Amino acid sequence: MTQVPNVFIALQRNEETRPIVDAILADNPGALLDEQPAMVKINVPGRLVVRRSTIEQEIGRDFDLQELHVNLITLTGHIDESDDEFVLSWVH
Amino acid sequence: MDMKVNKKLGLKDRYNRMTRDLNWTPSYQSLKDIYPYLEYEGIKIHDWDKFEDPFRMTMDAYWKYQGEKERKLYAILDAFAQNNGHLGVTDARYINTLKLFLTGVSPLEYMSHKGFAMLGRQFQGAGPRVACQMQSLDEIRHAQTQIHAMSNYNKYYNGFQDWQHMHHRVWYLSVPKSFFEDAVTSGPFEYILSISFAFEYVLTNLLFVPFISGAAYNGDMGAMAFGFSAQSDESRHMTLGLEVIKFVLEQDPDNLPIVQKWIDKWFWRGYRVLTLVAMMMDYMLPKRVMSWKEAWEIYAEENGGALFRDLARYGVKVPLGWEQACKEKDHLSHMAWNVFYNYGAAAPFHTWAPSEEDMKWLSAKYPDSFDKYYRPLWEHYASEQKEGRRFYNKTLPMLCQVCQVPMFFTEPDDPTKIAYRESDYQGMKYHFCSDGCKHIFDNEPEKFKQSWLPVHQIYQGNCFPEDVDPTKPDFDPLMEVLRYYKMEFGRDNLDYADSQDKKNFDTWRAQATTN
Repeated sequence: MTQVPNVFIALQRNEETRPIVDAILADNPGALLDEQPAMVKINVPGRLVVRRSTIEQEIGRDFDLQELHVNLITLTGHIDESDDEFVLSWVH
Repeated sequence: MDMKVNKKLGLKDRYNRMTRDLNWTPSYQSLKDIYPYLEYEGIKIHDWDKFEDPFRMTMDAYWKYQGEKERKLYAILDAFAQNNGHLGVTDARYINTLKLFLTGVSPLEYMSHKGFAMLGRQFQGAGPRVACQMQSLDEIRHAQTQIHAMSNYNKYYNGFQDWQHMHHRVWYLSVPKSFFEDAVTSGPFEYILSISFAFEYVLTNLLFVPFISGAAYNGDMGAMAFGFSAQSDESRHMTLGLEVIKFVLEQDPDNLPIVQKWIDKWFWRGYRVLTLVAMMMDYMLPKRVMSWKEAWEIYAEENGGALFRDLARYGVKVPLGWEQACKEKDHLSHMAWNVFYNYGAAAPFHTWAPSEEDMKWLSAKYPDSFDKYYRPLWEHYASEQKEGRRFYNKTLPMLCQVCQVPMFFTEPDDPTKIAYRESDYQGMKYHFCSDGCKHIFDNEPEKFKQSWLPVHQIYQGNCFPEDVDPTKPDFDPLMEVLRYYKMEFGRDNLDYADSQDKKNFDTWRAQATTN
């Protein structure tokens, strides 16, 4: 068991989430991708960041982080959301 | 003159404008009269403005994203229906999970909608009020999409026809129903803690994530669509639950013992309801994504464990019963499916003994329990069935006064011994399946002595249709109970092997590959 507990985010697996998943993996070096039927779960020890700018680079258009709601399945940890970053953490 | 363009508001500003800035201070009515339920549970709130929804979802964004989700969901449902999706599932045994889901879970969504509508009116703070309004809308959406999604199966398969009628009558459905009735008859703080925190944050991942992923794995895109669409709202609900608990604990140290009591109670109540999910995952999915035990380890032990370690800074302890629940992960699904196999004549879905191949999977997933305790049982049932003696239990089980599950759970450290607990109250004896349920009763005997227990009601003669005549020589009480449930004997129930569902499915499948 890891010292720092994981936070995770799970998304439906489809064309809209592919660039989001790629962005999360790029921005969170410790991230582990867990692929399940119809969904992906990304586990990261302690803190996970979803960065708007990285997603925008991946998809080549403006992205509003609240678009996450459309394909989000579940998550854990404390949330801190701004216009630019959506952060999950067990860190205070 | 140049036009002055105002910069678009940032998320935080927009959220403030659209929630608490819409609030006002009443001038000619007292707050107590406007929010009459806020004090009697003993929770002390000093500053409602300290509550903030970290998702910062506002109503305008809510409509936009929910609208998009609905379009996606209905696109999938339509495609599924247009393409005879119900024939693309692994096996018609799978459909029985949906029968359980529709009767067991969908009515809860509607009850949850009512509960959150109450909170959207009764919480004094604008932040939680707006979040509860959204949740109330989410929940009615879940009820609607689930009923809609499953109407497609109702055209082809038995057992779905009277789910709303059954919800209020059928024996095992009193388990989820009583859970929500207990919650909606609580005060507002207990209600939100029971549903948003204990059930949604700590437990719903076990229902909507691996089980729904399993539905997709079994070819059911309809259930995948409503399940994941519902769970995407759930992540907002879980966040609301966690934020409310942090907010309440930060407001006043006197709140901690009250909150802890509710965490203990609602963890255990919710966990007992999930017994049904354990058997759905291990026994009812023809293709399985993961075992109940594995799901428990990921979503309860690892994730829930991290949550409770985090909340320890407020003095919150891991809920009572947590340790027992972790021990039961090796046994829960096997014990539950055994009971449904036993009572397969009295449930409006089909049951079956696991095949040799199923048992191989169960042995591998449950090396410490399956071969030792449960394989011999299933082999015995299978050999009896082969001899034409498919076992159906004709007596009725004792039910736990609190969770209402038949008392089949064993002692936490001895899987060969059924656990019995009892309490005396006002000259009556009450029975429980566990220390957890006894503890809940002893804290609120006035509430739980009123439980409507199906078995008691059947024995008291309260579960017969109106036209029944018990003096008739061929009076068969159990058949009359099924008539009261509006179940058609021999069609909606009994073993899957001899069912009309199986026969139809095999015929339709054969037609799909020929002219």
